[in-house]
Amino acid sequence: MATLAPYKEAAQIIEEEGGEALKLCYQCGLCTAVCPWNRVTSFTPRKLIHQAQLGLVDFEHDEVWRCVSCKLCVDRCPRGVRVMDIMRALRRVIVEVGAGITPDALRLSMKNTSGVGNPLGEEREKRTDWVKELGVKTFTKGTEILYFPCCYQIYDPFGKRVARAAVNIMKKAGVDFGMLGAEVSCCGESMRKAGSESIFQNLVQSNISAFAEAGVRKIVVTSPHCYHTFTEEYPEFGGDFEVIHFVQYLSELLREGKLEFTKKLNKKVTYHDSCCLGRYAGLYDEPRQVLESIPGLELVEMRENREHALCCGGCAGRFWMETKKGERWSDLRIAQAIEVEANVLAVACPYCMLNFQDSLLSPEWGDALELKDIAQLVEEAM
Amino acid sequence: MEDKPRIGVYVCHCGTNISATVDIDTVTSYARSLDSVVVAKDYRFMCSDPGQDLIKQDIRELGLNRVVVASCSPLMHEATFRRVCEEAGLNRYLFQMANIREHCSWVTENGKEATEKAKALINAAVRRVFYQEALEIPEIPVNPNTLIVGGGIAGIQAALEIANSGNKVYLVEREPSIGGHMIQLDKTFPTLDCSACIMTPKMSDVGSHPDIELMSYSEVEEVSGYVGNFKVRVRKKARYVDEKKCTSCGVCQEKCPWKAPSEFDAGIGERKAIYIPFPQAVPNIPVIDTETCVYFKTGKCRACEKFCEAKAIDFEQKDQYIELEVGNIIVATGYDVFDPSPIIQYGYGRYDNVITGIEFERMCNATGPTGGNIVLKGGSAPESIAIIHCVGSRDEHYHAYCSRVCCMYALKFAHLIKEKTDAEVYQMYIDMRCFGKAYEEFYQRIAEEGVKFVRGKVSEVTDQAINEEEKGKLILVVEDTLLGSVIRVPVDIVILATAIEARSDAEQVARLFSISRSADGFFLERHPKLDPVATMTDGIQVVGCCQGPKDIPDTVAQASAGAARVLAMISKGKVELEGITAVVDEEQCSGCKTCISLCPFNAISFDEEKKVSRINEALCKGCGTCVAACPSEAITQRHFTTEQIMAELEGVLV
Ligand SMILES: Cc1cc2nc3c(=O)[nH]c(=O)nc-3n(C[C@H](O)[C@H](O)[C@H](O)COP(=O)(O)OP(=O)(O)OC[C@H]3O[C@@H](n4cnc5c(N)ncnc54)[C@H](O)[C@@H]3O)c2cc1C
Ligand code: SF4
Ligand code: SF4
Repeated sequence: MATLAPYKEAAQIIEEEGGEALKLCYQCGLCTAVCPWNRVTSFTPRKLIHQAQLGLVDFEHDEVWRCVSCKLCVDRCPRGVRVMDIMRALRRVIVEVGAGITPDALRLSMKNTSGVGNPLGEEREKRTDWVKELGVKTFTKGTEILYFPCCYQIYDPFGKRVARAAVNIMKKAGVDFGMLGAEVSCCGESMRKAGSESIFQNLVQSNISAFAEAGVRKIVVTSPHCYHTFTEEYPEFGGDFEVIHFVQYLSELLREGKLEFTKKLNKKVTYHDSCCLGRYAGLYDEPRQVLESIPGLELVEMRENREHALCCGGCAGRFWMETKKGERWSDLRIAQAIEVEANVLAVACPYCMLNFQDSLLSPEWGDALELKDIAQLVEEAM
Repeated sequence: MEDKPRIGVYVCHCGTNISATVDIDTVTSYARSLDSVVVAKDYRFMCSDPGQDLIKQDIRELGLNRVVVASCSPLMHEATFRRVCEEAGLNRYLFQMANIREHCSWVTENGKEATEKAKALINAAVRRVFYQEALEIPEIPVNPNTLIVGGGIAGIQAALEIANSGNKVYLVEREPSIGGHMIQLDKTFPTLDCSACIMTPKMSDVGSHPDIELMSYSEVEEVSGYVGNFKVRVRKKARYVDEKKCTSCGVCQEKCPWKAPSEFDAGIGERKAIYIPFPQAVPNIPVIDTETCVYFKTGKCRACEKFCEAKAIDFEQKDQYIELEVGNIIVATGYDVFDPSPIIQYGYGRYDNVITGIEFERMCNATGPTGGNIVLKGGSAPESIAIIHCVGSRDEHYHAYCSRVCCMYALKFAHLIKEKTDAEVYQMYIDMRCFGKAYEEFYQRIAEEGVKFVRGKVSEVTDQAINEEEKGKLILVVEDTLLGSVIRVPVDIVILATAIEARSDAEQVARLFSISRSADGFFLERHPKLDPVATMTDGIQVVGCCQGPKDIPDTVAQASAGAARVLAMISKGKVELEGITAVVDEEQCSGCKTCISLCPFNAISFDEEKKVSRINEALCKGCGTCVAACPSEAITQRHFTTEQIMAELEGVLV
């Protein structure tokens, strides 16, 4: 039997972050029932919320690290509780106040990000090298668009292909764009969700001043996470620039007749809505329009799509943590793609891509399914 | 000004509500120093009998002709102190109130500032009251007839209460029969009376009452006038059946070959194109639904006409307009049932065996489409049934409020299922709300019957089975929050306990009767606690579910209260009108008519001869719209003259 003795400092941070809405939770359990974790193991966000209300969270418990911020529950909660913000607050209490233990894998990514500006721990200069390798000009005042890829599209060999595709498309479409190298860092989105507010804010400051210095007004991104934080979070810190995700940009180019397809892609494609592009930003139509415009391509929908799409399981720092075999949402999602007999799983997010990539390594799936970013499919057909 | 103003100021401590923050002595002696103030006193509770006597005594003995009370909000006690003045022979408009509680002591802990502000407010009130004048309080006779809109249990109850006292009631019901939702119910909680058995005697009383003129299949089109003297225009929709000739034999509906879903059976049964909605309908006269009737589409058929021996079918019938004059109006238009199709996770409309509460009521009823058998689509018996609570209620995506009857009718359903089938029953609830008389006992009784309670909000209803037991079932996914784990519950029928919501046309109805709505869409009562039947428009009451979700006992109680209000007014025979009205200075009026189009109460007319606007004092509510709008500054608001307002402003500013 425990005596109610709330951890005051923690309670305060939680209240600040979860805000008024935390108090509103009436313990209906809808969030738990909606949460995909319960398809593979058990996780009760409802209970964590109640513990947070009372200031009695068990910070040692690994439940605190479960939520991937997929936003499924938040969109359904009858009282408007932003469950994922509360989960983020709980992690902040661990990471920033030291109330519990940050998992090793996550700590490493945090250390890398704060040290060298990317979670992979790669040298900053490699950013500049990659821009050169791509043959893209350095962004200078007067350049119309800054192309800002995700760190995984700069350093990871698989992710790199997406950046290359995006660059080739923009070149072919005659877009005036440039890139920045070592002066910019990781956008920090996942750092914040994983609980490291201080690393996040440092990244925000350094990126905002790098952008300002270079005279950036419009940014094209190929990660929905960069998109989310640039549009929704950077403005609080003074970030003032237009941001569009590459699928939006593609659909714009398409409308303006600047995308010319020369090849047919005779493929059955299913599109996986990433949480940040879908539930967070409401961009459901643009990626589908772009895919459907590709000659020969047949688009099929998985059972759970658009607002109801199942998350890949990789946001909010979960990406860096090991998820046991049998508990991976990406496996469930691949099964859904195979269920509708797709031969390509199309994505528009680097985390989704790498998560699915990981899952597909397992021999059980054979080679029925190809994994492609929308940019790669468009490039292929041009 | 007749006499030199002699002002009395009375400062209230309100227990310690005011005196704990405001320095009463300072304020009172300050008041005493003000110009024209003859006396200033303080007291613990000015509103108490001794407090009131203090004022009355001073008015009489010191010859006061103006009174200021510095206490709480005028909303609270202005009426009290106005009455005190009148009882001592002083016109109520020679009184002014200074709010030193809500505006001073309750909004700060800084005693010094609160005291200063109290002084300023008292100064303002004193300066203002100096210029206030006695106003006449007009009285008008009350027309003893009453209009009741809506013939559900609320309208029926109110109609009978009023008509039984020998006063005339016009009951206007939009549908072909009165009865509303209650007549659709099978049994009623908590006593499990058969709904029709307790309802139909009242319905037939209404139908045959000499003092009730029932206007079914009719709608109110226009309302004008004011309390005591409303004029109402009613449209009696064409039934295409002559009410006088029809013998209610029903042969027409037997012979009619065309069918449509029955509204009365909540769409789960059918009716004909010419139909009497249900056997006990009042009036028991059919109506032709021109959408379904093939004659109205193609010009051929008229089968009903051929078989009607009474020659009552009349395809030429037209809508009729009827003008009524009434003194009071009771609005009893009830509620709509929430349509659960937007909650796609619950599969209503997608799965045959996901039904709403009202559909289940009809399924349970012996006169309903299944003859009272609780069955799956196709007719087989269920092995298990789940009832999902709070569908559309307590959910900010739909309605944030609690619908107040769903927990109870869900329990009722559990009982009916147990009584009629061998099925397992699951209640998927968030909180059980069984607050009424004998309700908790009812909950206990149903629990004893072996119902399973799962505490949690269902996230989805699916037919995707993951094991043998789930095959062919509807599976509910829910966290049983008491177990702390997600469970899957396979059942055959899912009943959605859907919310009660404001009528889809509530906005138009509100506009028609000049009444307001609260944020939840229901009609707004004058005061949520102390006056839950009146509206801000005098002479118009709201009763039953149109004012907010409630059960039958509360509906009937509120309807009776509404009737009592009306009867009180009828027996008094006259109403007092507000003395604060606007007046047009005919010399100044340029005849531009700006005021006429702006007046929300249609109180201004144009004198074509003199070419000036004229305000009907009985209609004017003293809102001041015209006063502010008049480009010639020709309109003055009594009790809010420029002199009075300027004096008040000076009082706060100096
Ligand atoms: C599934 C279900 C089960 C229930 N079971 C119970 C129970 O067992 N016990 C209990 O106490 N309560 C129960 N209730 C609640 C009960 O139905 C209500 O308390 C009651 O019916 C309210 O009556 P009313 O007259 O206010 O409204 P209504 O029954 O809605 O009547 C309103 C009437 O006004 C008419 N009307 C509407 N607009 C206009 C207009 N503009 N002009 C003219 N006429 C108009 C309508 O046609 C209708 O006849 C249940 C509710 C539901 C949904
Ligand atoms: S869905 Fe919302 S109200 Fe319900 S338990 Fe979760 S956070 Fe609380
Ligand atoms: S945001 Fe997603 S992962 Fe987090 S608790 Fe809600 S449903 Fe679960």
